[in-house]
Amino acid sequence: MKMTPKTATLLVLAALIALTPFFFPSGYYYRVGALLFVNGIAVTGMVILTGYAGQISLGHAGFAGIGAYACALAPVHWGLHPALAVILGAAISAILAFLVGRPILRLKGYYLGVATLGLGILVAMVLNNERQLTGGPDGMAVPELGLRALLKGWGLTLSNGEFWYFFCGLVLLVGAWLALNLYASPTGRALRALHGSEVAARTVGIDVARLKLQAFVISAVYASVSGSLLALQNKFVTPDVAGFMHSIEMVTMAVLGGVGSVLGAIFGAGILTLLPQVLTVFAEYEQMVLGLVMVLVMIFLREGLLPSVLRKFRGKDE
Amino acid sequence: MKTILATTALLTMGLSSAALAEIRLGASISATGPAAFLGDPEAKTLEMLVEALNAAGGINGEDVKLVMYDDGGDPNKARTFATRLVEDDEVVAIIGGTSTGTSMSILAIAEDAEIPFISLAGAIDIIDPVKPYTFKTPHTDRMACQKIFEDMKAQGYTKIGMISGTDGFGASMQAQCKSVVADYGIEIVADETYDPKDADMTAQLTKIRNAPGVQAVLNPGFGQGPSIVTRNYKQLDIGLPFYQSHGVASDGFIQLAGAEAAEGVRLPGTALLVADLLAEDDVQKPVVTAYKAAFEAKTGTPVGTFGGYAHDAFLILTDAIARAGSSEPAAIRDAIEATSGLAGTTGVYTFSSTDHLGLDLSAFRMLEIRGGKWTLVE
Amino acid sequence: MSELLQFLFSGVTIGAVYALVALGFTIIYNASDVVNFAQGEFVMLGGMITWFAHAAGLPLPLAALIAIAATACLGVAMNKLMIEPARGAPVVSLIIITIGASIFIEGAAQLVFDKQIHSFPAFSGDAPIRVGGATILPQSLWVTGGAIAVFVGLWLFFTRTLLGRAVLATSNNRLAAQLVGINTTFVMTLSFALSAAIGALAGVLATPITLTSYGVGIGFALKGFAGAMLGGMGNPKGALVGGFAIGMIEALTAGYLSSQYKDAAAFVVILAVLFFLPQGLFGRTSTDRV
Repeated sequence: MKMTPKTATLLVLAALIALTPFFFPSGYYYRVGALLFVNGIAVTGMVILTGYAGQISLGHAGFAGIGAYACALAPVHWGLHPALAVILGAAISAILAFLVGRPILRLKGYYLGVATLGLGILVAMVLNNERQLTGGPDGMAVPELGLRALLKGWGLTLSNGEFWYFFCGLVLLVGAWLALNLYASPTGRALRALHGSEVAARTVGIDVARLKLQAFVISAVYASVSGSLLALQNKFVTPDVAGFMHSIEMVTMAVLGGVGSVLGAIFGAGILTLLPQVLTVFAEYEQMVLGLVMVLVMIFLREGLLPSVLRKFRGKDE
Repeated sequence: MKTILATTALLTMGLSSAALAEIRLGASISATGPAAFLGDPEAKTLEMLVEALNAAGGINGEDVKLVMYDDGGDPNKARTFATRLVEDDEVVAIIGGTSTGTSMSILAIAEDAEIPFISLAGAIDIIDPVKPYTFKTPHTDRMACQKIFEDMKAQGYTKIGMISGTDGFGASMQAQCKSVVADYGIEIVADETYDPKDADMTAQLTKIRNAPGVQAVLNPGFGQGPSIVTRNYKQLDIGLPFYQSHGVASDGFIQLAGAEAAEGVRLPGTALLVADLLAEDDVQKPVVTAYKAAFEAKTGTPVGTFGGYAHDAFLILTDAIARAGSSEPAAIRDAIEATSGLAGTTGVYTFSSTDHLGLDLSAFRMLEIRGGKWTLVE
Repeated sequence: MSELLQFLFSGVTIGAVYALVALGFTIIYNASDVVNFAQGEFVMLGGMITWFAHAAGLPLPLAALIAIAATACLGVAMNKLMIEPARGAPVVSLIIITIGASIFIEGAAQLVFDKQIHSFPAFSGDAPIRVGGATILPQSLWVTGGAIAVFVGLWLFFTRTLLGRAVLATSNNRLAAQLVGINTTFVMTLSFALSAAIGALAGVLATPITLTSYGVGIGFALKGFAGAMLGGMGNPKGALVGGFAIGMIEALTAGYLSSQYKDAAAFVVILAVLFFLPQGLFGRTSTDRV
């Protein structure tokens, strides 16, 4: 049987999402699963930006913050339905990414790193300081999405944990599908050419600046949606969602798992979501182990965990 | 991924199978992260108290098992750990939430699951409006503001400057102080902030000093910020009366700021800091002295208000379980609400169906630093 | 007037700390093109080890020396165990490795030491120096002096010594450097030892002002990184100017505009500068290798 990598990826994902709940000993695992999927969505955006286009961002949590606070603010201040607030947040993130992307993306390497870092910090700072609007560092409540109640009306009763598990899983599937489609499209091919060599891509007539900007905007939308889902799920949001450490977490998840492929990056999101939960057993050493895992994977499994492991199994490059 | 899930499952199942004839309590504390300065003594206090309680025979003959997680100050993590405590560890009550953000996250889970929750954070929003299962031990930051403004009013100050940290503690107290300041006929003529990681606050303090008519300065914040502000205050020789918040109520503050710079600083503190100055018949004297001795012997670090909050939460909870004679969450909740005249390190707690804080302003004592020591202001 | 002077003094105090941290980034970057995000942890270790040794009864200068030497050894170990095995990895991987190292060191520090805030006495007392109605602490002058001394030292090292040029050559083209007989492994070891020592020195000098605890590293790393990038990574002059510039911007914004948004002002300036000068103020221009 011959399957395209795209179909295979989606099937593996769908099977994992649908089947793992059978092994859940308690409702808490749905919560961890839902967090994994939310991180998976953000990380899929990083695949497009870093894996496909070869650009770095140390500030994508800023977009997650915009998505999260859109869901907190828009329903309260403009009476917008939370579902529409997700779209509003994504739109604001996309516009911001579009506006700042062009000047920022001219920078390379660490300079791009510091510029995106600054962008993320600026967003976090506004959320932290505008207390009247955002509740400041103490955070603010986020209204109920209402979809669970709607499903109940249709005869499908889910616990809160179950609902967010399957809902985030579904959004992740859609996100992965879109990312894989992009990979196979002419834009995706051009992006990969850009990743290989910017100069070479330019010489064959690729509009490098426009392409980078596209990847930046799309990845910002992914981050924003992930932030929205996190806020709606927690029904509460604080500026931590836009913080520097969250940005680093996104990049680390993606690169650790394998930023070159959607499945690899989601795998990385899984590892970093589960690791702190497993490490509570040796709470005191949690930080040391986390740091060590980051270093060791990057040294010994350069392309990330999943691709390296797969290669071991297959014995050669795919 | 599956193997890790399975390992987690095995580990947690291994833990929960030992759960026979013991009372399982949960805690989510910020023992690391930006609030570690507060969370670390809280975590140590809880560990110490559980050990001592079990050594003394537990509650009504049953041992207490404490399942404690470190949420690193991240509300998202706190929510996950609260879910884990409720769903997986099946605890009967939760202590925790070092910060307001983490408390609000845990609160939602605890209320849904109908599990008693005692928060260690300051914001009034945690217990106002009253939620059936949520209680808290620290004074609200609004009460700290009121205590300070009462003292300022008594001294005849009407124009003050404020310099607040932008962390959760400082920002929340800044907002509360601004909302009650007018009740005391006091006007804030300068309102500055600093980042908790800042190295120098002389620019902000210079602005405050130059504000017309300023008579006293208040600094809400915790961690190293207030120590640096206090040193800068001395450096600039501002000379106006200087108030700190309960966020620095620990001997560590005097050490860091230096006895000379801290001279004359006033703040609303708890009985814990002035254990040896309390009158012999003070109801708090025995509990305060015992906790101070035990904590300092165990950790070698001076006690602070925040470890005291955890002490009181544990005291209230174990007292309620003992009185309820049951470890059913609903029975514990009812017993907590019926707590009356229970002396803790922070104050004397009396809860009711309309008051889930159980303290009033009298629990705060206005302290002043004199010669590197805490003294009571009469 | 005294007001402006006080803001400038505040800026000097903050800026000197940032500049000293930023200078620590330059050597490693020059030798290997790696921005070491664990640089802030070296600063933390400088402060924490000095405090620890001083509290154990050692005299302050000896405690400081031990801290600097121990941190330098740690820098060498980090290079051997983490950076050399990862040679040739892309920028993103190096960022993650050095951040991983930073998280590891922070985690270890909270176990070895504790989670409390610490300090030790200022070198020349706490009596403020008065100039034209404004004041500055003697320790600020120590930090400023330290930053300038390190800058001069680095400048002489890179322009006047064979070894310093060997570092630059290694960074430019590792293979070519090896071919002309430069021991690149030794150059890397040396750079990490020096960078870590400068970081620890920053911690020793700044702690009486900023205080220290196990978690201060990442904040220093971010501000130092920003300062170094503003000035142009790899150039000691850039690190010095960038660090002081950020300190000044923060102090003047806090003084004249809004203390809430002083950090924002610093990053807005960085973004604006990078918009016109993509390599920072004094950065070297890079060429793409095709």
